[in-house]
Amino acid sequence: MSVLDLPTLTRILRENAGADESVDLSGDILDIPFPELGYDSLALLQAIGVIQRDFGVELDDDAASAETPREFLTVVNGGEQPSAESV
Amino acid sequence: MVITGLGAVAPGGIGIKAYWELLTAGRSATRTITHYDPSPFRSRVAAEVDFDPVREGLSPQEIRRLDRAAQFAVVAAREALADSGLAVAALDPGRIGTTLGSAVGCTTSLEQEYVVVSDGGRHWEVDHGYAVRDLYRHFVPSSMAVEVARLAGAEGPAAVVSTGCTSGLDALGHAAELIREGSVDVMVAGATEAPISPITSACFDAIHATTPRNDDPEHASRPFDRTRNGLVLGEGSAVLMLEELEHARRRGARIYAEIAGFASRCNAYHMTGLKADGVEMAAAITAAMDEARLGPDSLDYINAHGSSTKMNDRHETAAFKVSLGEHAYRTPVSSIKSMIGHSLGAIGALEIAACALAMEHSTVPPTANLHEPDPDCDLDYVPLQARVQRTDAVLSVGSGFGGFQSAMVLARPDRRMP
Amino acid sequence: MTAVVTGIGVAAPNGLGTDAYWRATLAGRGGLRPLTRFDASSYPSRVAGEIPDFEAAEHLPSRLLPQTDRMTRLALFAAEGAIADAGLRPEELPRYGAGVVTAASGGGVEFGQRELQALWSQGKDHVSAYQSFAWFYAVNSGQISIRHGLRGPSGVLVTEQAGGIDALGHARRHIRRGTPVVVSGGVDGALCPWGWAPQIATGLLSTAADPDRAYLPFASDAGGYVPGEGGAILVLEDDEQARARGARRYGEVAGYAATLDPAPDSGRPPGLLRTARLALDDAGIGSDEVDVVFADGAAVPELDRIESDALTELFGPYGVPVTVPKSMTGRLFGGAALDIATALLAIRDGLIPPTAPVDAPAAEHRIDLVTGAPRPARLRTALVLARGYGGFNSALVLRGCNDTTDSEETAR
Repeated sequence: MSVLDLPTLTRILRENAGADESVDLSGDILDIPFPELGYDSLALLQAIGVIQRDFGVELDDDAASAETPREFLTVVNGGEQPSAESV
Repeated sequence: MVITGLGAVAPGGIGIKAYWELLTAGRSATRTITHYDPSPFRSRVAAEVDFDPVREGLSPQEIRRLDRAAQFAVVAAREALADSGLAVAALDPGRIGTTLGSAVGCTTSLEQEYVVVSDGGRHWEVDHGYAVRDLYRHFVPSSMAVEVARLAGAEGPAAVVSTGCTSGLDALGHAAELIREGSVDVMVAGATEAPISPITSACFDAIHATTPRNDDPEHASRPFDRTRNGLVLGEGSAVLMLEELEHARRRGARIYAEIAGFASRCNAYHMTGLKADGVEMAAAITAAMDEARLGPDSLDYINAHGSSTKMNDRHETAAFKVSLGEHAYRTPVSSIKSMIGHSLGAIGALEIAACALAMEHSTVPPTANLHEPDPDCDLDYVPLQARVQRTDAVLSVGSGFGGFQSAMVLARPDRRMP
Repeated sequence: MTAVVTGIGVAAPNGLGTDAYWRATLAGRGGLRPLTRFDASSYPSRVAGEIPDFEAAEHLPSRLLPQTDRMTRLALFAAEGAIADAGLRPEELPRYGAGVVTAASGGGVEFGQRELQALWSQGKDHVSAYQSFAWFYAVNSGQISIRHGLRGPSGVLVTEQAGGIDALGHARRHIRRGTPVVVSGGVDGALCPWGWAPQIATGLLSTAADPDRAYLPFASDAGGYVPGEGGAILVLEDDEQARARGARRYGEVAGYAATLDPAPDSGRPPGLLRTARLALDDAGIGSDEVDVVFADGAAVPELDRIESDALTELFGPYGVPVTVPKSMTGRLFGGAALDIATALLAIRDGLIPPTAPVDAPAAEHRIDLVTGAPRPARLRTALVLARGYGGFNSALVLRGCNDTTDSEETAR
């Protein structure tokens, strides 16, 4: 079961870590590395904290080392690749 | 600028003698947290000091007035004063200065008081009627420098230096500078920290800085080991007496070491992250070595920051290679955080105290718990066992949140090249 | 090696930005108001120097907002202003050619209170990842360093309200040892309940409800101080470099000293007078060369007496103009960095700002307190004094650069 989709992830990031003014987060960003999206490891950890809290899931350290939104969503969703619909 | 007195309050031992015994035994003082119930937290281990303020000679009013960190500092300062043999009452009070490093100040008392005035976080408009009279002393940590200054009757420049985890080194560097520029003859200088409290656990949990190795607390801090996975919080204090060399010689003082060089740099990169190349720390090392007029080949020992996080230990290893070249491979490096944990702002002073003792005893403390070296950390980290060897010139480094990188070089005063 | 100030950035309750602040200050327009940032009705002190018109999102990138306390946002605003004012491009300096030294007092208190509340009322999973640094004392130096790429020797000093002077004094050490630029000063604030309660506990806060009567340094009805938020960041620069790049020089940090008071029961005199003398000695000048004093002005009768006694001893009765423009901003946790900026602006314009709204000093204070309107004067040298809770004393001597004096003389 997919608990998190890309729009929700970008919303959580935007709300809890801000958004780089020079980046369009609404585009096709699944495979763009987080640093290019303006997010560092702290931003990810901040998002992980919120996801764990609001979605009632336990995330292991792999989530924090995800390099792209696709990797992150795959970890969060227990191995399930983000589908086109969820993007 | 020379070190003529030492005092320490450390996990596993209060007083210089117990501290040095712990370090040379290679024994870890890390354990499951007892200061509060750690069960909600991801990381539940720390290096705590078994500290009974009454037994350490603090008065009832001192105990009421002082945060745990300030209590540590007072005990360490008293030992350092006595150790130095300085008759401070005979000195000009205006020529004695004080610097004390601390990253998070009186955080333990502040959290305890917050819980009361907010009634467990129920109220945003906290009730000042429940505040202790000394709340403001906890609120601005400069109060801790005042307490230490009073012990020595010091009326010269005084300050708390608060540069995160380099606070301890920076406070000592600042003190050396005050002596060098002629503002003072004597400095009471050191650092203190008592950060083991729920809010510290919570925020380090949130950034995965502390280790989740809860089932094996004695071996949880393992700098440079392949299996390391985070730092172990510590607490404690070290205070040093510093004097100008001739001032110390005139009174026939025992001289542990000269502070021969100090430098700090910023990475201007990230509040908590480090770039793998370590160039800013390397620049601090090079500047400190230059000031000491020592070449990389003359270093006998490096006391590493070695915090046991994945990132730090690689960053630092790279910094040693950049700054010392081939000599990085030939110089013993160890991290005493493997034994006493990472006491944030205090650790730099505790490490310099350890370096001074290493020079006094010609012995290098080991890196405990280092069984499987990380292939990316390929230097001589003095695993498990202390090493008897020449220690005439040593380097100690620190790295902290905010991007601060500091390096200090100690040398025997007679060894320094003209 | 001479250290000169080439840039000033201000965030103050009576003016956001240096020009707005200086105009308000000369006009005697204060920024003390009944507290609006939290409900202060249950506290005995309800007036503060709030900055009313600072919208962080207008000045800072979005990514910085979730990770910064208000005092850090104000500090970043002031630092950007100072660097722009200096016309400095940090990327053109040597890699380690610019450092940051700031003063701190309480850290990011409001951020910290929010996270403490989250922890204790909701649980540890509600604590922000940014709490690990957003509240701590080093945060402003770190964030300024990162934002502007400043990699040189840096530092953070905590001496409560003496801190801004100590930061500049320490910055000068870095300049003298070869770092050409140090961004320095102090911007702080603790206008939240968890910052307010500890200050009330000192018994030093004014309890007057009328903002115009709440903070009256040296007045006969002085009844404590009012805290404010904000401060100033300055660019301190090696004089040779400043001249070489044709920078405008506000003035030189010519002398500095810091001391700690003796223990209260020692019977020894307070350290403020000694500190001022040491700073003048350091500048190599006598008291007769000082044209104006920016006083600490605690507005606590005993502390005011100590200060006016020191000034009378040093300069003679009514011997030098004295002013306390912080009466218009409240006392700032950033520790008198704003007073340094104000003194430099006064030297630049030949105008001493008034201690508004004080009408006159109490008769026991035999000082020439500037009140009412700004006083025109030929200013070359200013002495700035500050004290921090617990016994910290700091003094800074500022001297106008020749170019300032030249232009003034040309104008005549």
